[in-house]
Amino acid sequence: MKRIAGLAIGVLALCAIVLADNALLINGAGATFPYPIYSKWFDVYHTKNPNFQFNYQSVGSGAGIKQVTEGTVDFGATDGPMNDDQLKAYQDKHGSGILHFPTVLGAAVPTYNVEGVNAPLNFTADALAGIFLGKITKWNDPAIAGANKGVSLPAADIVVVHRSDGSGTSYIWTDYLSKVSDEWKGKVSKGTSVNWPVGLGGKGNEGVTGLVKQTPNSIGYVELIYAVQNNIAYGSVKNSSGNFVKADLASVTAAAAGAAKEMPEDFRVSITNAAGKTAYPISSFTWLLIPQKFQDAGKRDAIKGFLKWMLSDGQGSVEALSYAKLPKEVVEKEKKAINNIQ
Amino acid sequence: MATNTTALKGAGPVTGSRSFFARLSDGDEIARLVTLVFATTVVLITAALVWELWVNSSLPRQKFGFSFFVTSVWDPIMDQYGALPFVYGTMVTSAVALFFAVPLGIGAAIFLAELAPPRVSDALQFFIDLLAAVPSVIYGLLGVFIVVPVMRTVIYPALNKPFGYLPIFKGPSYGVGFMTAGIVLAIMVIPYIISVSREVLLSVPRDQREAALALGSTRWESTWKVVVPFAKTGIMGSIFLALARALGETMAVTMVIGNTPKIAASLFAPGYSIAAVIANEFTEATGDLYLQSLIALGLVLFLLTFILNGLARLLIVLTTQKGSEVGG
Repeated sequence: MKRIAGLAIGVLALCAIVLADNALLINGAGATFPYPIYSKWFDVYHTKNPNFQFNYQSVGSGAGIKQVTEGTVDFGATDGPMNDDQLKAYQDKHGSGILHFPTVLGAAVPTYNVEGVNAPLNFTADALAGIFLGKITKWNDPAIAGANKGVSLPAADIVVVHRSDGSGTSYIWTDYLSKVSDEWKGKVSKGTSVNWPVGLGGKGNEGVTGLVKQTPNSIGYVELIYAVQNNIAYGSVKNSSGNFVKADLASVTAAAAGAAKEMPEDFRVSITNAAGKTAYPISSFTWLLIPQKFQDAGKRDAIKGFLKWMLSDGQGSVEALSYAKLPKEVVEKEKKAINNIQ
Repeated sequence: MATNTTALKGAGPVTGSRSFFARLSDGDEIARLVTLVFATTVVLITAALVWELWVNSSLPRQKFGFSFFVTSVWDPIMDQYGALPFVYGTMVTSAVALFFAVPLGIGAAIFLAELAPPRVSDALQFFIDLLAAVPSVIYGLLGVFIVVPVMRTVIYPALNKPFGYLPIFKGPSYGVGFMTAGIVLAIMVIPYIISVSREVLLSVPRDQREAALALGSTRWESTWKVVVPFAKTGIMGSIFLALARALGETMAVTMVIGNTPKIAASLFAPGYSIAAVIANEFTEATGDLYLQSLIALGLVLFLLTFILNGLARLLIVLTTQKGSEVGG
């Protein structure tokens, strides 16, 4: 009897919560990479502003772009900026544009498993492009050995591992390779899924990591946050200033700062191979996609309010979740851009 | 099995002798109508599925036409799509799976149904049913952590050294590939073959066995020459159920096949399957042609299953006729 009474009270309490929670619901969908920080932001923002409830589904960047274009969600999110065709498609359908707002930064890092090598390895742009094009096939190739003096690399075949699922991490990785190698740009180009010249595909960061760990003399790439949280060793990459930089939160933010000076008005910018002595070259923004015109003034004000909060208080909590925060210059620029939302 | 179905079919027309309302009032007609609706639903769902796949894959049909089936480039950047490596991977992995699972599964079913003491048989059947209920991602993990390393360090050297001149055992091994995916699939489908085949074998009438024994055959002769042929249709059915599962399996396959859209003769080479590429690329497929090509792949998988099932039916028809001749 007691148990039933307890259950009844529990159910009543739940109903009360649901009934009291008549907040304005704002739906979004898109990239999986920033999902942990977005869900934390939306949660914190909801407790501070109980009138607004953001609901975000991490369905992937491609699906995010598609859903916001079709108008089934109020905002989207993506790891790679929308291309001109996609922007035009949005414009044609809605009669107004869509705005990109950078939120945090991510990076892709090379992870490897070379027999007999425990020292951290350095990679030049030519080495990475050569390996992923299938032109550099041995670990002791001069292109790799030249950057790793004092490390005895085996004469073993390199096994390349890439992502098999469409992913923002692949986008960053191929965007970087397209910038540093003309051959890559012509043959493969950049995208969330590409036609890889060589290698095995692993599903998700965990799939790539699993394959690299299990396959001797392999190399793959994973998201920086995944590598940090799972204690996966990764190599340094030579940046455009000629320094070997190991990815961390500071070096990723430095890459964004390097690009901030030439930031275009629409924030659609690639910061791979960015200028700056300490900049990590395989970094990228991730964006929220916000419609320029809202039919619903309530939703518009809610999103504007959230963006302002995200750029000030919100940025303070990103490093706890291993995301690199936006540089000051970008934050200032975005604050002005919020006024473009009508 | 066969006699059962004919008996059930015969039950239908008898109802025609009474009026519709009389049948309605005693419930027969209601039961008939309700079950008819249920049966029709299955057909409607299948039809709706094909229709949706067909309508949503018009772009690649217009652009590539038949060449979609015979080209092997899959390049989302250049918007070039060909289904061949995926079809190849799906068929090779399923063939490898059946190669291992059929003898093992039927052998185990014969033991459980004919030779093992009933208590042992029931206890083992419990474990087999458990195996059938394990989610496929668990089999995928099993593949990644056990089959992949064993494949690279034990099976590959053992086969490559003596038989490396054969195209199917040539080339390097990364642990992942057609063979690994096939073996994981075999482990997944064996419970289906055992479960269904055992039930079928157990349902063979007792007088069939007794007749064979009375004619002086040994226990094994009565099993192999009388009981198994009698249950042939049902055993075939279990194999086709297993094949259907192997063709459509997604998660476990993508974890161990290597996800490389290439056609290679070597079973140790990495490949790709239709279900795996759809699962991998669907969420991030941005362009219309890209998305529709993935849907077209779904249609291809449906067709493949349909054709193989049709062939299976044909095989059953042909072999059962032969069987009845022997019986007559």
